Amino acid sequence: MTRASHRGNSQPRWLFPFVITVIFFLSALPLGRLAVTGIASATGGGARQMLGDPGLWQAVYNTLTTSFFGMIAAVVLGGGFALLLTLFDIRGKTALGFLFMLPTMIPPQVTALSWIGMTGPSSTLLKAIGMAPPLGSPQPLYSIGGIALLYGVQNAPLVYLSLRAGLLALPRDGVEAARLAGASSWQVLKDVILPLSLPGFTAGAAIAFVSCVGNFGIPAILGIPASIYTLPTLIYSKFASFGPGTFGDVSLLSALIGILSIVGLAVEERVLRGRDYRVIGLSGQVAVFRLGSWRWPAELGLWLTIFVILFMPLTALIASSLAPAYGVPLNTSTATLHAYREILFRQAVTRTAFTNSIGLSLATAFGLLVVTVLTGYFLVRGKSRFTRVISALAEIPYALPGIVLAVAFILLFAAPIPVIGVSIYGTIWIILIAYFSSFFAVSLKPVVSAFRQVDPSLEEAARLAGAGFSRRLRDILVPLVAPAAGASVILVFLIACNELTISALLWSAGTQTLGVAIYNLDDSGSFNLASALSVLVVIMVVAMMLALELMAKRLPKGVVPWRS
Amino acid sequence: MAKLILNRLSKSFETGGRPAVNDVSLTVREGGFLALLGPSGCGKTTVLRMIAGFEQPTDGSILLGERVLADASDMVAPEHRNMAMVFQSYALWPHMSVAENVGYPLKVRGVSGEKRQRKVREALAAVRLEGYADRRPADLSGGQRQRVALARCLVTEPDVVLLDEPLANLDRHLRQEMEETFREFHARSGATMIYVTHDQAEAMALATDVAVMSEGRLLQVATPEEIYARPEGRLVGGLVGLGTVLSLPLPHDDKRLLDWAALQAMLARSGNGPTADVLVRPQDVEVAPEGLPATVLSVLFEGERYALRLALPDGQAVRAFSRQPVKVGDQLSVVINSAWRL
Repeated sequence: MTRASHRGNSQPRWLFPFVITVIFFLSALPLGRLAVTGIASATGGGARQMLGDPGLWQAVYNTLTTSFFGMIAAVVLGGGFALLLTLFDIRGKTALGFLFMLPTMIPPQVTALSWIGMTGPSSTLLKAIGMAPPLGSPQPLYSIGGIALLYGVQNAPLVYLSLRAGLLALPRDGVEAARLAGASSWQVLKDVILPLSLPGFTAGAAIAFVSCVGNFGIPAILGIPASIYTLPTLIYSKFASFGPGTFGDVSLLSALIGILSIVGLAVEERVLRGRDYRVIGLSGQVAVFRLGSWRWPAELGLWLTIFVILFMPLTALIASSLAPAYGVPLNTSTATLHAYREILFRQAVTRTAFTNSIGLSLATAFGLLVVTVLTGYFLVRGKSRFTRVISALAEIPYALPGIVLAVAFILLFAAPIPVIGVSIYGTIWIILIAYFSSFFAVSLKPVVSAFRQVDPSLEEAARLAGAGFSRRLRDILVPLVAPAAGASVILVFLIACNELTISALLWSAGTQTLGVAIYNLDDSGSFNLASALSVLVVIMVVAMMLALELMAKRLPKGVVPWRS
Repeated sequence: MAKLILNRLSKSFETGGRPAVNDVSLTVREGGFLALLGPSGCGKTTVLRMIAGFEQPTDGSILLGERVLADASDMVAPEHRNMAMVFQSYALWPHMSVAENVGYPLKVRGVSGEKRQRKVREALAAVRLEGYADRRPADLSGGQRQRVALARCLVTEPDVVLLDEPLANLDRHLRQEMEETFREFHARSGATMIYVTHDQAEAMALATDVAVMSEGRLLQVATPEEIYARPEGRLVGGLVGLGTVLSLPLPHDDKRLLDWAALQAMLARSGNGPTADVLVRPQDVEVAPEGLPATVLSVLFEGERYALRLALPDGQAVRAFSRQPVKVGDQLSVVINSAWRL
């Protein structure tokens, strides 16, 4: 039987130590290890040599410029979509919103591959319609501008969501009051809505910037062939040419990425602080403005954008996957499913990748759920003064770029684990632990919002009925948070299955994931195989997003990331 | 079963400020029905939650007969107190049917099979919901949910039943019906009941004893009749029943029940001497000749009568009822038949 603790608290005594242990191993320990190595090498001799390397400063410069322009592109795209879809009487909002959100759930390396397939001299799609540039002309996306553009497409949904959340929180009565005061639609937009939505804009821009800084898939595919290195790809290349100073170097590089991310996150935190107090009055229902004769052009513009950023690249991807070989023109007689047969039935590497990714993702999704249900309960019901620290520590690994986390786990597990003397470096277990750490916040968030929605009296009634903690958990709490738990499992599975950044550093022969397999196939020139694998991944992503979309009505607000 | 004793109970929250509950001592006799009455934020819900075991007292203790349920250092968990509670939100588990909700306390206690089904049927019959066993709580009306919550309390024969503003979310018509159900429930179960409310009419209609609280302190505990006729202090006087409190010169004797002669004498004396608070019920203010002149300040038609506010010559206002229509500004003559010195 579970003895309740002496304080008037509903939690069993083991819960607090359990949560502390989990947080320590998944967050504090790896990040602390990274910090220690970083500080040690910064104070040692390695740092000066490293900082004298012009390649490092070039990478910093590349990271900052691509991220900055990527952020601008994301703000223009995401901001435009959010304003139009939230405030105006556009038709087909749900479909447009869903399609606009897709790029952020598609893995970045797949986005990069599909855009390569759409542009450049060897584009199968352009060849098929006779518009390909002459052979030998450069691939325009292998450039700072190309990387920034794709950053923009990939991260525009983040700006969209942030701004939209802000717009939905606007008070409708405030807008109505301005109308009654005699303001025209345009004046209301200019004087009331835009000033109030500025924090949403800024926060979205900051998240997009952080996400760009940590992006690995896009600069790996677009940058490395043109020798354009950003900080994450520089870390990757340092590991490729492993030397005695590598650990010190990469921990310093990770620290740089970490600092850039923390600056961005601090900006977000700052502008969003006090959002709860700012808007008074009824909110949740936004006044819709009529576009009148501008409705048609606006809708056309939106669909055209979706066409360019989503349909065209995906069509190019499919075209590339059907082509018999890279560069061969595609028509009805040359189209072949050879690439699919190859990756599904012949290549052991891709089949291992499927098994690894799906196994890892299932293990992460369900394993984390057990941990996050207990942690979520602790955070929501707990009266502990550590609650804030614990939720911050749970958030950090996901907020930090995956590459930083991967480095932290390499440093942690490079040597055999003390006491038991087993080394998990190079095995699938190190990837699994890193996934647990990285996606902890993803799994936790839906569960926490579900617990917040559960009226405490439901649990109190069960206590008075005589049910102890494990009994309440089984009979009352878990059934009540079940829809959110389901969403949490799908979300973690979706993100883990598409992940490249962490596994790119942690994989070794036999433990490659789908992300790694796509990257390696492209790297070795098998563009059609990489495309076919990417198509399958996109299909999987869309299927799971649709599943979540169907569940959305039964979930607490904010659980499905692209709905608000 | 035994009597429930609150012994110098106090509760302060970590957020600071004045204690939510301050030195409350109270004994609820076995089988009694106590209403905890007070404005919102007076600490009555905190007292209830301490009795249930959801909060721990920071000082004092709670005893059920000889057994110490809680004090500042130790407490019995709610799951081991054999109490039941009707929550303001009813707290029905939405994923269970009505029968499962009602039967859950039995299930936890390991009662199963035919015995459990029979007890659930009996409990549902007691609240007249026999036909609803397989419904989900979401398919029920507010009053029906309330009765399911009550049936869940009934099913285990608890020592103490706690009710946290159970009628707050119901409309007026349903309230009367539910008050009847509560009375029946109390008579049938014989359980000690503690009922938290801010509605004095509800408290008086239901309880055998009323305890009035304000700002964490217990002001008075008495039967409804006693507390209506002889309230202690301005706060209780203002809270219980309709009435106005007049500030009048201190009378010469310490009689508390004042008749018209005594009142007339007090009203006639003017001066800046010490004053006493005197509670005047509207039904004791009569429009009659040879009374005190009074000006009508406001008139409200209530159907069966008019509710008036009258200004006395010294400017203080009293409430009164009138069968005849009057207009604002009319001059009347009134007699105050009886008043209570607080």
